[in-house]
Amino acid sequence: MSNSDLKVKVWRGSQEGEFVEYLVPRNPNQTVLDVVTYIQRKLDPTLSYRFACRVGMCGSCAMTVNGVARWTCRTHVSKIVEGDSLEIAPLNNLPVIKDLATDMREFFNKWKGAVGFFKGDKTRHDDFTKVQPNSEERQLADAGIECIGCGVCYASCEVVQSRPNYLGPAALNRAWTLTNDVRDVQQLERMQAVAGDAGCHACHSQGSCTEFCPKAIEPTASIAGLKKLVARAAVRGSKWGKL
Amino acid sequence: MSSRPKLDYRAKTHLSYFAYVCHRFSGLLLACFIPLHFLMLAQSLRGVEGFQKSLTLTDLWVFKFGEWVLVILLAVHLAGGIRLLMIEFGPWKGLRKGWIQLSILFAIACGLLFLYFAN
Amino acid sequence: MGQAMSEGVLQAKLWYAQRISAMVLGLCVAIHLAIIFYAIRGGLTAQEILGRTQGNVLFAIFYEIFVLACFVHAPIGMANILQETFPKSSVARPIAWILALLILILGTTAVVGVFTGGQI
Repeated sequence: MSNSDLKVKVWRGSQEGEFVEYLVPRNPNQTVLDVVTYIQRKLDPTLSYRFACRVGMCGSCAMTVNGVARWTCRTHVSKIVEGDSLEIAPLNNLPVIKDLATDMREFFNKWKGAVGFFKGDKTRHDDFTKVQPNSEERQLADAGIECIGCGVCYASCEVVQSRPNYLGPAALNRAWTLTNDVRDVQQLERMQAVAGDAGCHACHSQGSCTEFCPKAIEPTASIAGLKKLVARAAVRGSKWGKL
Repeated sequence: MSSRPKLDYRAKTHLSYFAYVCHRFSGLLLACFIPLHFLMLAQSLRGVEGFQKSLTLTDLWVFKFGEWVLVILLAVHLAGGIRLLMIEFGPWKGLRKGWIQLSILFAIACGLLFLYFAN
Repeated sequence: MGQAMSEGVLQAKLWYAQRISAMVLGLCVAIHLAIIFYAIRGGLTAQEILGRTQGNVLFAIFYEIFVLACFVHAPIGMANILQETFPKSSVARPIAWILALLILILGTTAVVGVFTGGQI
């Protein structure tokens, strides 16, 4: 028995369930993913959870740790432990499949719903589009394109919680990066997609997405850009047409 | 057996969210107060004496306290509102946390100024 | 698609209107706060208030602009709060409209009141 075992409460079940407590030996340099892995390998093989790269590149291991959405592979226990306790739950705002694994379909469907995908009109026979890396549009796009779809922002957003149809910070951030992609040809559809009742104007700039994004992306900024764009398009029109 | 945990206060204890709550709460209270404020001012239609009579109602301490609270709410809502306008229309410089701190100081200053001038 | 789009356009226009009126209010409120601090020194009497506002066209115009900006700004904010707090009911629109009417009517009455001082 270690002198300081961690008392780790882990959500077991799906939409209904309970927190089960496990005792995990404390080590220096221990991440929350290490803790979850230890539980599943040594204590309870029935625990379900997701991970892949375990080095902070893929975003698969995102979970709610002590109430806050984080990448568990990049969260040191020593940084967030409360006394000797931890609470690990699945990501908020997403249906739970089992234990710590959530159903990400609605997250990615909303990405599609916001027209968060690229469509160009050039073929291999055309010349490359010349995009200046320091053009204003490209810089705006670059600020948001590192998103890997981990779901942390979506899980942290209160508007997502209170408005089930809200497209969410990740989808809107992606839409904004494509709005600033001069090669894309779906700009009018994209504006229409993010203009609805569940679109960019539902955002209250609470800033949780920006606060918690593990890649320091700022969806609040992207959404602010969309708000201005869509409002102008609704009132005066845009270079792609009027809403 | 219980329901799966939901987004709770632990994900909302950051400055930007606090600014949002203050702005929303102050806005709601101000929206409720404004019609009463206009109703009070409309008593001016009764002329100086009639208006004065209605005004003396507000000499009760509870009104004075309410006025102080309202000045602070107004300051909070103004400062929070300017912050939002800067976020939504201004050049992007993050969640304007310096501005939040300034807003809090501004609201305190307004509260103190009110107490100073009213006495 | 058509109806969803017109709803989207409406949301966008309401957002725009609320932000524009917010800019107007930002100015009005700042000025109003300054006036409050100036006016409350040594107490506030009807005489003092009317002494400043009665017959003062500039004040009347300033405060009517203030009223109109509130008339746009507050109901939209109220509607948002109600819609999000009670998503399943339909109280948001009617209550917002009631607030709008109260602000417009009572506000303009107040402006007329302090401008005329009861001498219509």
